[in-house]
Amino acid sequence: MSWIDFEIQALAIVVAVSCALPGAFLVLRRMALMSDAISHSILLGIVLAFFVVEDITHPLLILAAAATGVLTVALVEALHRTRKVKEDAAIALVFPALFSVAVILISRYAGSVHLDLDAVLLGEIAFAPFRRLELWGMDLGPRGLWMMGAILLLNLLAIVVFYKELKLSTFDAGLAAALGFSPALVHYAFMTLVSVTAVGAFDSVGSILVVALMIAPPAAAYLLTDRLPLLLVLSGALGAVSAVSGFWLARGIDASIAGSMAAMAGVTFLLALLFAPDRGVVAGVRRRARQRLEFAGVMLAIHVLNHEGGPRARAENRVEHLQEHLRWSPDFARKVVRHAQREGLIASGSGGELHLTALGREHARHRMLH
Amino acid sequence: MTETAIEVNDLTVAYHERPVLWDVDLRVRPGALTAIVGPNGAGKTTLIKAILGLVSPAAGQIRVLGRSYREARSEVAYVPQRGSVDWDFPTSVLDVVLMGTYGSLGWIRRPGKREESRAREALEKVGMEAFAHRQISQLSGGQQQRVFLARALVQDARVYLMDEPFQGVDARTERAIVDVLRELRERGDTVVAVHHALQTVPEYFDDAVILNVRRIASGPVGEVFTEENLRVAYGGRVPFLQGVAGGASAARDSPPPPESPVDRRARPEAT
Amino acid sequence: MSIGELFSLLLFDYTLRTVALGTAALGAVAGALGCFAVLRRQSLLGDAIAHAALPGIGLAFLLTGSRATPVLVLGAALAGWIGTLFVLWIVRSSRIREDAALGIVLSVFFGVGLVILTFVQRRPTAAQAGLETFLFGQAATLLLRDVLLIASLGGAALVVLALFWKEFKLLSFDPEFGASVGLPVTRVDLLLTSLLVVAIVIGLQAVGVVLISALVVAPAAAARQWTDSLSVMVVLAGFLGALAGVAGSMVSSLGGGIPTGPTIVLVASLAVIISLCFAPRRGLMAGFLRERGTRRRLRVDAVLADLYALAAQHGEATSHAHPVAVLRAMQERRGGLERSLEALESRGLAREVRPGEWCLTKAGVERARTLFLPEVAP
Ligand SMILES: Nc1ncnc2c1ncn2[C@@H]1O[C@H](COP(=O)(O)OP(=O)(O)O)[C@@H](O)[C@H]1O
Ligand SMILES: [Mg+2]
Repeated sequence: MSWIDFEIQALAIVVAVSCALPGAFLVLRRMALMSDAISHSILLGIVLAFFVVEDITHPLLILAAAATGVLTVALVEALHRTRKVKEDAAIALVFPALFSVAVILISRYAGSVHLDLDAVLLGEIAFAPFRRLELWGMDLGPRGLWMMGAILLLNLLAIVVFYKELKLSTFDAGLAAALGFSPALVHYAFMTLVSVTAVGAFDSVGSILVVALMIAPPAAAYLLTDRLPLLLVLSGALGAVSAVSGFWLARGIDASIAGSMAAMAGVTFLLALLFAPDRGVVAGVRRRARQRLEFAGVMLAIHVLNHEGGPRARAENRVEHLQEHLRWSPDFARKVVRHAQREGLIASGSGGELHLTALGREHARHRMLH
Repeated sequence: MTETAIEVNDLTVAYHERPVLWDVDLRVRPGALTAIVGPNGAGKTTLIKAILGLVSPAAGQIRVLGRSYREARSEVAYVPQRGSVDWDFPTSVLDVVLMGTYGSLGWIRRPGKREESRAREALEKVGMEAFAHRQISQLSGGQQQRVFLARALVQDARVYLMDEPFQGVDARTERAIVDVLRELRERGDTVVAVHHALQTVPEYFDDAVILNVRRIASGPVGEVFTEENLRVAYGGRVPFLQGVAGGASAARDSPPPPESPVDRRARPEAT
Repeated sequence: MSIGELFSLLLFDYTLRTVALGTAALGAVAGALGCFAVLRRQSLLGDAIAHAALPGIGLAFLLTGSRATPVLVLGAALAGWIGTLFVLWIVRSSRIREDAALGIVLSVFFGVGLVILTFVQRRPTAAQAGLETFLFGQAATLLLRDVLLIASLGGAALVVLALFWKEFKLLSFDPEFGASVGLPVTRVDLLLTSLLVVAIVIGLQAVGVVLISALVVAPAAAARQWTDSLSVMVVLAGFLGALAGVAGSMVSSLGGGIPTGPTIVLVASLAVIISLCFAPRRGLMAGFLRERGTRRRLRVDAVLADLYALAAQHGEATSHAHPVAVLRAMQERRGGLERSLEALESRGLAREVRPGEWCLTKAGVERARTLFLPEVAP
């Protein structure tokens, strides 16, 4: 592994972790698509600021970009508040418009803007090691790494310092307001953070893949845990894993690094979706099969209880009758009866009719009272 | 005519493995107005939806007019909860009412003159004929409810299932709806309505079903509306009972039912 | 170039005419079908479908080696469809909600698409040239046979829309009621979503993956402001979409290297802004005027009430004049007193007896009585 590879991976990790942290709150707040909107519209801020300062590395670009990000949020909300369009439509109206202006400006003045459209979509993480930060003639490493590192620190600091506020306004905006935090203030401060992060990451991975890094790792983490601190740690970790594996995938097949990172973020999410211990699809299928059987066993017990001692008990409490009455397939009915017998809920009499055991009666009674 | 309009046996419905209806048995008398009452979250809406085949039960059978719902569908009308749709949808009152004819029209065919005159007739019955071309977002809550009722009337059914038809309506609308319900009963149709205001149940309905996950009781209002049953369903004290139980003239302005959680010690009714 | 010249070009320049026809057709289809997406709160589904289509385009090219439009459109449609199913699957089978599911599908599929495009670009054949135009769209690359494909696929989608109009309307307004009358909701939903996929993939070449969703949402959002009828809305959105398509593609065909997608989006966005501001009933302007009218009426009524109160104190209601200053004091800080008085005068309810002194007319007294004492009014 060359030093350049190392630097690229370091940057990829820092970008991924920086994105994942605010991304976790976006996912929890059901505002995942705000990242899509922001990561597109910041381009306009970058382009406009460039026209003013004519220097693609000027810090004003970051400020202007972050400002357009926040402007996007405000515009979406303003549009939504007119009640003439729904929120999803408001998002889908605002960012394409701002992004289009930016793209037109770039292609119109392509010669003077050192931004080409490929870079907008793909980022330039592969070139990051060639843009060095030099101070007093000393090489301090890739400029992007410094910038993104600063943004990561900012994110960490903001989350640590405002943890309580963020948590409260995420899970219970009403309570937050009652306790004296302004949800609107927290919201806009947070969206500023998202915007700044998006600007930094945009440089490396481009506007659309920012969305992958902001949403996929936290969504995967959300399938693994309910606890917010752990969720944040896992989001960052899964982001880093996506970044590194994406890098090596790109190396292996000689393809776009950013694209591969997004693909690996998707793979990470897919794995979590399928195999998460509790909430994964596989776990769900197995749990449902088990619960269906248990549920059916109790239902069987209740059914027997209801008809116990009644005039038609002999007729009702037979396996064949159950099939018809509870709409179970013969196979399933047999399985349920076997299960209930194994669990000691019922026993079958000589004529094939079913009896409740003491345990079964207790279970049935208990379930009927919830 | 069949003996029962709706027959529910051992119905159990669960959302995500949590049962919201448990082992419900029910017979709805044809030609009667039946109220379904119970606290919030009791599963009233779920029961209606299960009868309509909108949610699939974990166990149990449902027969409507002696047949499966699929077979009886053309004779069943449905009034969903008013809040279940977006009233800002770009369409007119007449258009919404015409949707009641879609079931009988079948695929692709559009409603024509005949359907339109039926829709206007239904609107007239609920006193909304002047609003036929009004955009639906310009309606008051009571008017929205009457439009939904008209849509069900157009279905020209024998069984009407209504989810909170009186919810959030003004006094005038309430009377109009009650008149329509009585007219339906006169025709021999069956109406099952989820109803929230316990104090008006004896006045408006013949039968009642008290529901809270399980069926607590069902039958003629006079028999079913006992303090015991209502307490089992609602838990705790039911302060307005004096005016309700057994009495036909309930005080109109008695306090609304308390929405307390299920009484966990409630004893099951023996079946 | 003058407008006239532009139009003559549009009519007589073969290339431009082809391009305009193509973009008009796809704008109309996207606009019409977009109405249903917008009304069903699925505005961002189009975005996900479009982004998800990118790997389909790349793979179709890699597998067939052909960049014929039907091949790429088929690839795009399949991938877009799979993306949609992924969204559905994620939402149904986990606690992940729709917004995150859309975001993941959109960005991950797109990322995979970009990876595939890097392979495509490595192909030695000249045929690969221009696959990147699918990102932002280049209407100028439309050939007559592309236009025919757009028109036939789009036309077919519109025919299906017309055929199942009543079913789609019911599905969009009240799916549960629909199910209760026997509508197979899931299948109708899939059909409608498939039409949306068609509307999107036929636009990818001209408008691009990144921005085509705006052509689905913007005309519908604009059209909604002008009408309360679904059919009018669909027709109007189709018209606005076609307009945006033609305008955008013409501007970008004039050269300057401007991709078509952004131009079309800007035209459509302009239509939204105009509609939101100036639509007759729902527009912000109309709302503002309505509100101002109400406020003004209330102000005039307040002045009438004050004059009436003064008259009641003084007996001779219709002759004893009251100075404006008194009225002003009674009105406290509410403005527009002169204007209100003039309004009353023009309606014959008050008259200026001497400069700066006013009293009610007979009609004014009557009006005040009916307004403020309705129970004793004649
Ligand atoms: N689609 C659903 N998914 C999960 N739970 C649901 C769903 N619909 C209803 N429930 C739950 O089922 C219970 C019964 O709901 P419902 O039938 O609407 O009650 P009611 O109409 O009597 O107020 C409630 O606890 C509700 O939260
Ligand atoms: Mg309900």
